[in-house]
Amino acid sequence: MEKEELKKIIYELVEASTGKKKLKQTDILKKVSADQGVEKDEVKAALRELVDANTLIFTYFGGSFIEIPPK
Amino acid sequence: MSKKYDTPLLDELEKGAFPSFVKEIKLAAKHSDMANDLLGHTELCFKERVTHWKHGGIVGVRGYGGGVIGRYSDIPDKFPGVAHFHTVRVNSPSGFYYSAAALRDFCDLWDKYGSGLTNVHGSTGDLVFLGTKTEFLEPFFAEVSSRGWDLGGSGSAMRTPSGCLGMSRCEWANIDAMAITNDITHHYQDEMHRPAFPYKFKFKVAGCPVDCIASIARADMSVIGTWKGDIRINQDEVAKYAKTMDIKAEIIDMCPTGCMQFDGKAMKIDNSNCNRCMHCIAKMTKALRPGTEKGATLLLGSKAPIVTGALMSWVIVPFIKMEPPYDEFYDLIDKIWEWWDENGKNRERIGELIERLSFPRFLKEVGLDPHPAMIKEPRRDPFFFWSEEDIER
Repeated sequence: MEKEELKKIIYELVEASTGKKKLKQTDILKKVSADQGVEKDEVKAALRELVDANTLIFTYFGGSFIEIPPK
Repeated sequence: MSKKYDTPLLDELEKGAFPSFVKEIKLAAKHSDMANDLLGHTELCFKERVTHWKHGGIVGVRGYGGGVIGRYSDIPDKFPGVAHFHTVRVNSPSGFYYSAAALRDFCDLWDKYGSGLTNVHGSTGDLVFLGTKTEFLEPFFAEVSSRGWDLGGSGSAMRTPSGCLGMSRCEWANIDAMAITNDITHHYQDEMHRPAFPYKFKFKVAGCPVDCIASIARADMSVIGTWKGDIRINQDEVAKYAKTMDIKAEIIDMCPTGCMQFDGKAMKIDNSNCNRCMHCIAKMTKALRPGTEKGATLLLGSKAPIVTGALMSWVIVPFIKMEPPYDEFYDLIDKIWEWWDENGKNRERIGELIERLSFPRFLKEVGLDPHPAMIKEPRRDPFFFWSEEDIER
């Protein structure tokens, strides 16, 4: 799977969870890896690019989570 | 800068024989608005017996998930200097060695971007910079990283590994604690800067069982230098010690396994019953030395009381050679993390998970063979239970 497509899937997953359940990095890796049939390392690399670009950010609320940055 | 607040409660903490953080904040307050407001804020917290700090949130530097601990005042109008008071953790060097020039440089940087207050070192082992505003985080990080430093760990991540100063200054180090600490730091950069675990995970490396850094009580994974073989005895030196100390009272009677004998002339050790506590070696440094085959014991699971009570580490690998490139060690860590990742709940430390799911299950699923050294506490239930398969056999 193309990395850009994977990044889109990850972003949509985080977006859909916003306000319902905070996702940890490991939740995203497990879910996307299982749903798309790709290695966790691939998902991790795509997620890292999203974080490096500030498209997604780490937050801390009694644990570390991945979220969409506030506008 | 003039004094802004009366602090009768804080003033009490300046009295007595011990160094006082209040005294240091007052010194910083002479040139820092943040430190000045910190005094007033802390005094009010003490007076009202309630914290006015809020913790966490969305602060950090780009690309990183840790290293910055967000802290805000819930009364920013009263104390604008501490409306933001974020903490920045900088990864400490192995053995905590700094040049004076580096420390001066850090202090200048923190006067520029923060409150001027530091904590060297925090209980995390990091070089801790206390109190800055959100807009100063990126510029501070840029300056720090341009000098070759990096942020430490925070949140649900591998925390900054720390270790004793090992072979650099201590002849009792059985492993190169500084090299191992440094290698772990570099090997697991991703795990430190991009939190992916159920909760925090700490490594601490002690060169010998004296465990000066208290890794057995403070680290999820303790790496403690040890040895195989017999303790080396110099009987001439033993005789010299006999003239200056009560060997029976101070050494023989204090041996936890009672494996030592002294008849007034020669010392004997039943090494098969020695549990490597190192009390005798540390007390009779000229007479006793560890065996010559060096390595480490790996222990897992200690923690301070946060979500649940405190735990001590217990042995998972009695002896491992800790030599570069440490492949066997890293393979085991990866398996442990995978098991924790699969089974751990949010904010559940590895030690708590083992207590919840059982030690035998941990051993089986991580692929470690049970060993009599894997007791949690001396003379206590060693966490082994008969399975149905065992009974059938």
